[in-house]
Amino acid sequence: MAELKPGGRLKSAVCTTEIIIVKAPAGDVAVECGGQAMGDPGTEVSGEPAADAAEGSTLGKRYVNEDESLEVLVTKAGDGSLGVAGTLLALKESKPLPASD
Amino acid sequence: MNIMMLLEMAASGFGDRTAVGSIGQGLTYAQLFDRAGRTAALLQAADTSHAGLVDVASPALPTLLFGSAWAGVPFVPMNYRLDDATLQGLVRRIAPATVVAGADYLGVLGSPEGGSAVATDDFANTVADTDPAGPEWSMDAEDLAVLLFTSGTTGEPKAAMLRHKHLVSYIMGSVEFMGAGEDEATLVSVPPYHIAGLSAILSSVFAGRRIVQLPQFDADAWIDTALAEGVTHAMVVPTMLARIVERLDARGETIATLRALSYGGGKMPQPVIERALELLPTTNFVNAYGLTETSSTIALLGPDEHRAAMASDEPETRARLSSAGKPLPTIELSIRDEEGAPVPDGEPGEIWVRGEQVSGEYVGQGAGTDAEGWFCTRDGGWLDDEGYLFVTGRLDDVIIRGGENISPGEIESSLLKIDGIREAAAVGVPDDEWGEVVGAVVVPAAGTAIDEAAVREHVRTDLRSSKVPAVIVVRDELPYNDTGKLLRRVLRSELADTAPADDDAAS
Repeated sequence: MAELKPGGRLKSAVCTTEIIIVKAPAGDVAVECGGQAMGDPGTEVSGEPAADAAEGSTLGKRYVNEDESLEVLVTKAGDGSLGVAGTLLALKESKPLPASD
Repeated sequence: MNIMMLLEMAASGFGDRTAVGSIGQGLTYAQLFDRAGRTAALLQAADTSHAGLVDVASPALPTLLFGSAWAGVPFVPMNYRLDDATLQGLVRRIAPATVVAGADYLGVLGSPEGGSAVATDDFANTVADTDPAGPEWSMDAEDLAVLLFTSGTTGEPKAAMLRHKHLVSYIMGSVEFMGAGEDEATLVSVPPYHIAGLSAILSSVFAGRRIVQLPQFDADAWIDTALAEGVTHAMVVPTMLARIVERLDARGETIATLRALSYGGGKMPQPVIERALELLPTTNFVNAYGLTETSSTIALLGPDEHRAAMASDEPETRARLSSAGKPLPTIELSIRDEEGAPVPDGEPGEIWVRGEQVSGEYVGQGAGTDAEGWFCTRDGGWLDDEGYLFVTGRLDDVIIRGGENISPGEIESSLLKIDGIREAAAVGVPDDEWGEVVGAVVVPAAGTAIDEAAVREHVRTDLRSSKVPAVIVVRDELPYNDTGKLLRRVLRSELADTAPADDDAAS
């Protein structure tokens, strides 16, 4: 477990999912994918997502925890679902800003 | 973080969509990604510290922007309209550099110290023949992504530094990945050395919106391109919109596909925006306020707010049409006095901002923000009671008459209410008694004469006597640079030579 920083990258240990941290709460947080803790971008993939965490992650989508203190963006999609401490993260519905440039 | 991450996501999410150019002829996202990798290999082999561009927009622009990021060298688009000596000076400051240049500028650049100058066309061909760089780029968010030289109104141009963290934060905070429909296309007519010319590329790539480039702005060419390419989005500076509105009016045409038009980069005259809303009734208008130092937009007035302001009879709501809207959700904004203390809503002060996209840093000038991360924009402004931001202009442009601070914007807005005045500018004119007095430069509408006494009486009634122009000069047009910024220093030096006739007007 480590302190998460906005802009930090994590890679799944069980699928192709990669994420970037958009917003993180203070303190140590272990983000999971497919039921396994995610690691640094060099993480080797082995095994497969747990059955209760295999809905998959979607490229370009944002996921948040219950109080939205954690927000991540999927930069590579995969078969595992994202979670923290056994609870799956929810897809964040965002209200897009109008294009300005 | 690296802006390459944005292109990599686009290439894997919708690689077959057209990224730049006409459908079927332009580059797809997958092709742009591939070219960026080949460009990176070329830049790494050249072993130079910067990648420069001295040319109008072309597909080489996004290729170099991303290729530089992949190679790990800052990208430096430069103003090709600068005089030879200034341009050569800029290239020396980024030596050793690989500079891609239009055929017209190669002679001026000669052989840059420690690097090379390459014609844009030759560069594109060499890129196609080069093997791509290795698949990894630096993810150090502190790396420099872009250097932009300011227009240098006083002394040496300053080099504004934008790091990968600033640009990526801006895009992730303001753009939805693949948020654009497959039919969407944006027309980019601001030049590559303008922050909006770069942020347009990053935003469009992340949204999946096709980029159509107009290398040299011309109102008829803009309209023709928008019609031919089925353009749905565009960003323009106020001087461009004024000309587009004139030509649309003259041609009796509208652009039915144009869903969204954003404008910024200067003060928009109210009559121009009102006429634009009439001529493009189905278009959503967005007013964006931002600076180079903030990675582009920090506040915006959206389409619904434009309509609400237009439809309202209440002066306070109507006035919001000339506001910059509200700060982005990822930006904190505060109005402060000269000591840096926040002022109450409604009172004018200096605009300060804080957020991940805010840099404020210049080469050789230390940190761009204070210890708490706040950046002072040097723009004056105020917030109304609902939090709408009104930008009054550069504080350096404020006219100080006998100790009273007078905002040029306020006088200009007043002058533009007069029928028969098409454009107006207010600048300080040196004066023995007052230090400075108000000078007004006005452009009359076609076939109209300016009645100076009536102009003075109008300002006296509308504002107050201290704001009445002591000097009024009539011009056929106002001087703007090519990105639509009013050249106040030109007017100031012109008017400094014009002694106030009789000081009775400014009593």
